[in-house]
Amino acid sequence: MANFETVVVDTDLLIIGGGMSACGAAFEAAYWAKKHGLKVTVVDKAAMDRSGAVAMGLSAINQYIGYAKGKNTLEDYVKYVRQDLMGISREDLVYDIARHVDSSVHLFEKWGLPIWKDAQGEYVNEGRWQIMINGESYKVIVAEAAKNAMATLGDKGEILERVFVVEPLMDGDKCIGGVGFSVRENKFYVFKAKATIALMGGAVHVFRPRSVGEGLGRAWYPPWNAGSTAYFTIRAGAEMTCQEVRFIPVRFKDGYGPVGAWFLLFKSRAVNAMGEEYMVTRANELPKWAPYGLAKPIPANLRNWLGMEDVYSGKGPIFMKTEEAIANLAAKYKDDPKAFKKKMKELESEAWEDFLDMTISQAILWAGQNIQPEEKPSEIAAAEPYFIGSHSGASGAWVCGPEDAMPAEYRKQWEPIGVYNHMTTVKGLFTAGDGSGASSHKFSSGSHAEGRIAAKGAIAYILDNNTAPTVDDAVVEQMKKTILAPLDRFQEFAKMSSDPDINPNFIKPKMFMFRLQKIMDEYCAGVSACFTTNKALLDRGLELLGMLKEDHEKLAAEDLHELLRCWENTHRMWIAESHLRHVMFREESRWPGYYFRADFPDMDEANWKCFVNSVWDPKTGEWTMKKVPVVNIL
Amino acid sequence: MPSYVILEKCDGCKGQDKTACMYICPNDLMVLDKEKMKAWNRAPEMCWECYNCVKICPQQAVDVRGYADFVPMGASVVPLRGSEDIMWTVKFRSGQVKRFKFPIRTTQEGKAEPLAGYSTGTEDIKSPVLCTEPASTGAAELPTLKK
Repeated sequence: MANFETVVVDTDLLIIGGGMSACGAAFEAAYWAKKHGLKVTVVDKAAMDRSGAVAMGLSAINQYIGYAKGKNTLEDYVKYVRQDLMGISREDLVYDIARHVDSSVHLFEKWGLPIWKDAQGEYVNEGRWQIMINGESYKVIVAEAAKNAMATLGDKGEILERVFVVEPLMDGDKCIGGVGFSVRENKFYVFKAKATIALMGGAVHVFRPRSVGEGLGRAWYPPWNAGSTAYFTIRAGAEMTCQEVRFIPVRFKDGYGPVGAWFLLFKSRAVNAMGEEYMVTRANELPKWAPYGLAKPIPANLRNWLGMEDVYSGKGPIFMKTEEAIANLAAKYKDDPKAFKKKMKELESEAWEDFLDMTISQAILWAGQNIQPEEKPSEIAAAEPYFIGSHSGASGAWVCGPEDAMPAEYRKQWEPIGVYNHMTTVKGLFTAGDGSGASSHKFSSGSHAEGRIAAKGAIAYILDNNTAPTVDDAVVEQMKKTILAPLDRFQEFAKMSSDPDINPNFIKPKMFMFRLQKIMDEYCAGVSACFTTNKALLDRGLELLGMLKEDHEKLAAEDLHELLRCWENTHRMWIAESHLRHVMFREESRWPGYYFRADFPDMDEANWKCFVNSVWDPKTGEWTMKKVPVVNIL
Repeated sequence: MPSYVILEKCDGCKGQDKTACMYICPNDLMVLDKEKMKAWNRAPEMCWECYNCVKICPQQAVDVRGYADFVPMGASVVPLRGSEDIMWTVKFRSGQVKRFKFPIRTTQEGKAEPLAGYSTGTEDIKSPVLCTEPASTGAAELPTLKK
């Protein structure tokens, strides 16, 4: 076995991840841990200043309620999410996040995040729930506050960067930490904890993306999100929900620049090659998806669907009419040349900042194509599928809700193991952000708030279950051997081939990822399959995934970086299998603009207005699928 | 290519144990070649073009060349990030240049005060009230569900 020192870290609360929800968790945990003399350890595979989905920055905060000033109510938000997800959401979780999200946003502002203000000093709304920010340093500021909070714990606050946690550490059916390795030095880490919060984000590169050359990395969501949260919770035996509810964003084509500001702030239209607005010409499609298709706002997946139908019938490309929108906005200044020029300049700056704050590639693409938004329109297109429970997707673990809002039907599941907010169905294991399912539309701010909720729940759990974890050293040694095996495999076999990547004895992580992406794309409703599948395709996909799963034991790594990639891609493979099984189980098409079951082309409210939940049993390796009723809290 | 290193400008961060770009890259892509004392991006096709290596480089030795499989050649987007704002220079394929400046933070770097002066309304670990609440919500009390 490769010669790695084993480092054991004993802690009370282990927080894995470094993104928005992990920063929220660290901030909140520090407060309660200090009161109760507990230790908190945060482990990030990157550098917290710029890790997670907000690493580049953002140009808007997409969840702000403004309930204290009566702008909106929490009940409005619950109904909004219910509508967007076609009736399927954990309303207790959505409610809980919504009542805390304004607090997080107000903290961001105090910490130094510039939020746009109008003449009255109020936040500038992009849409009903979205507020505009100068967000280049959004993540830096939020991470700084988390680190400063952790520093108040003295030697009981510990942050480790560049350590990748691979696998949960279990004591029977209880999670007692995790194991992984440093991506900088030959060290194997064993984290023993009384409670663990898995906050490693969603998943990208499970499906073949549209760009497969150099632009492979230009995913809409960042390529370092490898499904590690889902893997961690699934492998611990936690119940998962909505794993079929992937998200497909419609964005500016290829660069994946945001369209929210264009649709909501600039009031731009999207039209096809004939100049038709698909939302108008295809409005007759909407009653088929009633009641959701007939209510406002029209769910994201249905808006996708109408645009996709235009493209499939040969009416592409679809253009965002940026020049028209800017002209309309500047029109009221047309009689005053000076004011007109000033307004045009302001709009131009706002349009570019939207990209430069969060999708710089789109600015390069516009500059490379000589596109100036005030002069000509720009193409938009549906991207590829992503797993992001914080956006308009819903995949993640099934977690405990708050005592005061969780319906009794859900509560009873936690009564035997303890009712702690955001605990999964596994004792001692918590999650939030992209890790918790059926609580969509939390975005960056709600993920921060939800990380805080989970941290307080986890500290409450520790205080009630304050016993040192029992770890079987033989089990840990076996995990170390398995996790480092790709390094050993490369050393054992590499010498027999002229090419370090081509060898009959092993597969390198990059080709392993491409094999996964091809299976998912072609059999599980990816881009090249026009987001469409059926049972026969899914059966065949599962068969091929099974062989990939066997071959994961043949992964090989030349160095620590490749070892990281080996395990990231293993994580992707597991979220892929979970997704495929959920798509197969749900015999209807409910979110047609995310995926379409050609063998069940209709939505079936009588039989499928429910969650699909699954459990992988660590003892037997069997998957169990089930329907869980949706309970409305309003 | 995503990000690439301008050899003439890179000094390998003067042989410290890690370079600034290695430290910051969220995807573990930047590496230091210790013999040449130059950093490089080991997998440009996994680069998100997040520009964090570009922004952090003390030598301004990291640049981005748009993804060659869909971006026509000739454009560049170059940031200059200060402590309060960021200046962007956008050069078009046509040669036209535009410049934009945006604020990035309103407080001094490092000075984000976690509790931000808000007091916490409860000591109860089982209460749904989080630290700094209800003060930080702006409301007199944390809402609960009207069942």
